[in-house]
Amino acid sequence: MDTLALLADGFATSLSPLNLMIVILGVTAGLFIGAMPGLGSVNGVAIVLPLTFIVPPSSAIILLCAIYYGAMYGGAISSILLGIPGASTAVATTFDGRPMAQQGKAGLALIAAAVASFVGGTISVLLFTLFAVPLADLALAFGPAEEFALVLLAFTTFVGLGGDDKLKTVIMICLGLVLSTVGLDLISGQPRLIFGDLPGFYAGISFLVLAIGVYGIGEILYTIETSRTAPQVTPAKITLRDLGDGVRTMNKMWRTMSLGSFLGFFVGMLPAAGATPAALMAYGIARSTSKNPKSFGKGNIEGVAAPETANNAASTGSLLPMLTLGIPGSPTTALLLGGMVMWGLMPGPMLFIEQPDFVWGLISSLYTANFAAVAINIALIPLFVWALRMPFTVLCALVIVLCIVGGFAPSQKMHDVWLIAGFGVAGYLLRKADYPLAPLVLALVLGPLMEKSFRQTLISEQGNILAFVERPLSGTFIAIAVLFFVLPLVKYLRKGGARSIAPAE
Amino acid sequence: MLVADRVIAIAIMALSAYFMWHATALPIGWNGMTGGPGGGAFPFWLSLIMLLSAGGVLARSFVQAPSSQHFFDSVMLRKVILVVVSIVVTIALIPVVGAYVALPLFLFWYLRIYGGHGWVLTGILTVATPVFLFFFFEVTLKILLPKGVTEPLFFPLYAMFF
Repeated sequence: MDTLALLADGFATSLSPLNLMIVILGVTAGLFIGAMPGLGSVNGVAIVLPLTFIVPPSSAIILLCAIYYGAMYGGAISSILLGIPGASTAVATTFDGRPMAQQGKAGLALIAAAVASFVGGTISVLLFTLFAVPLADLALAFGPAEEFALVLLAFTTFVGLGGDDKLKTVIMICLGLVLSTVGLDLISGQPRLIFGDLPGFYAGISFLVLAIGVYGIGEILYTIETSRTAPQVTPAKITLRDLGDGVRTMNKMWRTMSLGSFLGFFVGMLPAAGATPAALMAYGIARSTSKNPKSFGKGNIEGVAAPETANNAASTGSLLPMLTLGIPGSPTTALLLGGMVMWGLMPGPMLFIEQPDFVWGLISSLYTANFAAVAINIALIPLFVWALRMPFTVLCALVIVLCIVGGFAPSQKMHDVWLIAGFGVAGYLLRKADYPLAPLVLALVLGPLMEKSFRQTLISEQGNILAFVERPLSGTFIAIAVLFFVLPLVKYLRKGGARSIAPAE
Repeated sequence: MLVADRVIAIAIMALSAYFMWHATALPIGWNGMTGGPGGGAFPFWLSLIMLLSAGGVLARSFVQAPSSQHFFDSVMLRKVILVVVSIVVTIALIPVVGAYVALPLFLFWYLRIYGGHGWVLTGILTVATPVFLFFFFEVTLKILLPKGVTEPLFFPLYAMFF
C-alpha cells in the first residue's frame, strides 16, 4: 500500500506541465533517434545529455529516460520499413517485420510493434514498481564491502555471460577502470595519471567525454563505413481500420507478450545481457513454442510482438539495479547514472529515502512515457516514413556538430573536445576489431565507486582482505563473481584448449 | 584482419605500459599505515592485467588461422579518414576563429562538398545551426562558446541579450 501512496505522489510530480511536456518531447526525440539507423538509445542519450542542462536535474533525468524509452519503440520502425535495425536492440524485429512490410503489411507490423512495446513497457514498469522498494531496502544493508562485491559481479557478468571475446572484454573493463583513476586520488588527494602534468587531466576523464566520443563520433564513423547505399523505404499507410485489426490480432498473443515481458525484464537487469539478447531470446522462445514455427521469418506477426515486448521490458529492467543499487544494467543506464551523479543525485538505496519525490516522479514518468510513446508512435508514422528518407550525411553532420559543442559545454574546456575526437577514433577502431564498448563505458562510470569501496573496506578492516568474503552478502556476490569468471575458463579447457579455439573465435 | 588485430593488441600493450609507468608516481604496493593499497595500486595492477590480456590476444593471433576478411576497405577508409581530418581541423580552428566560424565551415564542407547536397539545404543548415547554438547555449544556458578572433563581433549581441 505504501508503494501505491508513493506512486500517487510521484504522479503529482510527473504530471506537472513541465514534466509532461518533457516526457512528450523526450519520447518523440527518442522515437526519431531509435528509428534512425546508426543511432540507438545509448547514442541518443550520450549526444543529448549536454543539452539537458536547460531543465532542472530531476526533469533532465526524466527527459533522458523518455528518450531511452522512445528509442526502444523507434528501433522497430526502421527494422520494418528499411529492413535495417534502427538500433541493435531491434535486430530481432527485422526477422519477421521486414517480410511483413514486403507483403504490404507494413502498417500492421508497425501497429503490432507499437502495441507489443506498450505491453512490454507496462508489464515491466509494474514489475519495476513492485521490486524497487524491496531491492532498495535490501541495498540499505550494503556497506562498502558489498558495494565492491556487487561492482565486481557486474563486471564478471560480461566475462561469464557476454557473447564477446573474453580476453578483449577483460581488456576493455581494465581500460575503463584505469581511465576512471585519472585525476586526483580519492583517498590521498594526490594527482595521478596526469600524463606529464597536463592540467586538463586533473579533473579526471568525464564519462560524458568517453560516451560522446565512443557513441557519438565513433558510431558515426562506423556507420559512414558500413552504409554504402541509401536503403529503400517501404511506404506504410495506417487507417483506423488497420488500428482496430492490429489491436484485435494482438489480443490473441497475450502468452507470447507476457512471456517476452518477464523474460526481457529479468534479462535486462543483467549488465552483460540487456535488450538485444533479451529480444533475440524472446524471438527464439516464441518460435519454438509456436504451433507453426515454420511461419516465423516469413512475416509472422508473433515474431514482431515477441522481441518488441522483450526489448522494451529490458530497458525498464536495466533501470532497476541502476536506481536501487547504483549498478547500471546497460550502457544507456550507465550514462543515466553518470548524469545523475553529475547532478548530485547519487543513485542507490539512499536516494529512495532522501529524494522520494524524485524517485517516484521518475518511476511514474515511465508510466506516462509509455502512454505517450504508443500514442506518438502510431500518430506520427507518416512523419517517420518521411524522416527515414533523410540522407544520412545530413544526420552525420548535425550529430558531429552536437558532439563537439556538447562535449565543450559541461566543462568549457577544449581539452575535453580533443579527448572526444581521440576516443571517437579509438572507439571506432576498437569496435572494428571486435572489442566490446559497453564494458568500457560501464567501467569508467563504476570505477570510482569500485576503488573507493575497495579501499574504504580495507581501511575500516585494518587491511584485512578477507573482509570481502567474511561478510555473508558480499561473500555471496564474490562467489558468484568468481563463478562467472571461471565459467568460460572451464568451458575452454573442456573443449581442448588452443586447438579448438580457431574456428570458435 | 590479423595484422590489424596484432597492431591494436600491441598498441594496447604499449598504452598499458605507459599507464603503469605513470601510476608508479604514487605508491603501488600495500600501505601498512592506512591498511590498504596505495594511490597508484589500482591503475598499476589493472594496467598489468590489461597488458597481459593484450599479450594473450597477440599470442593467440599467431596460432589462429588467418581470416581472409580485410580490416579496411580502401574506398571506405578514404571516406572515414576524410571525416576524421575534417573533425580535427574543425576542433583546431575553434579556439582560433571561434565556434561560429569553424562549425558553419565544417557544415558547409560536409554537406556541400563531401555530401554533395544542394545549395538550399546546405545554406539553411549552415545558417540555422549556429543561430540555434547561440540561442541555446549562450542566451539560455549562459555557456559561452569559444569565439577566438571573432569575439568583438559578438559585443552588440551580448549587449542585446545579457
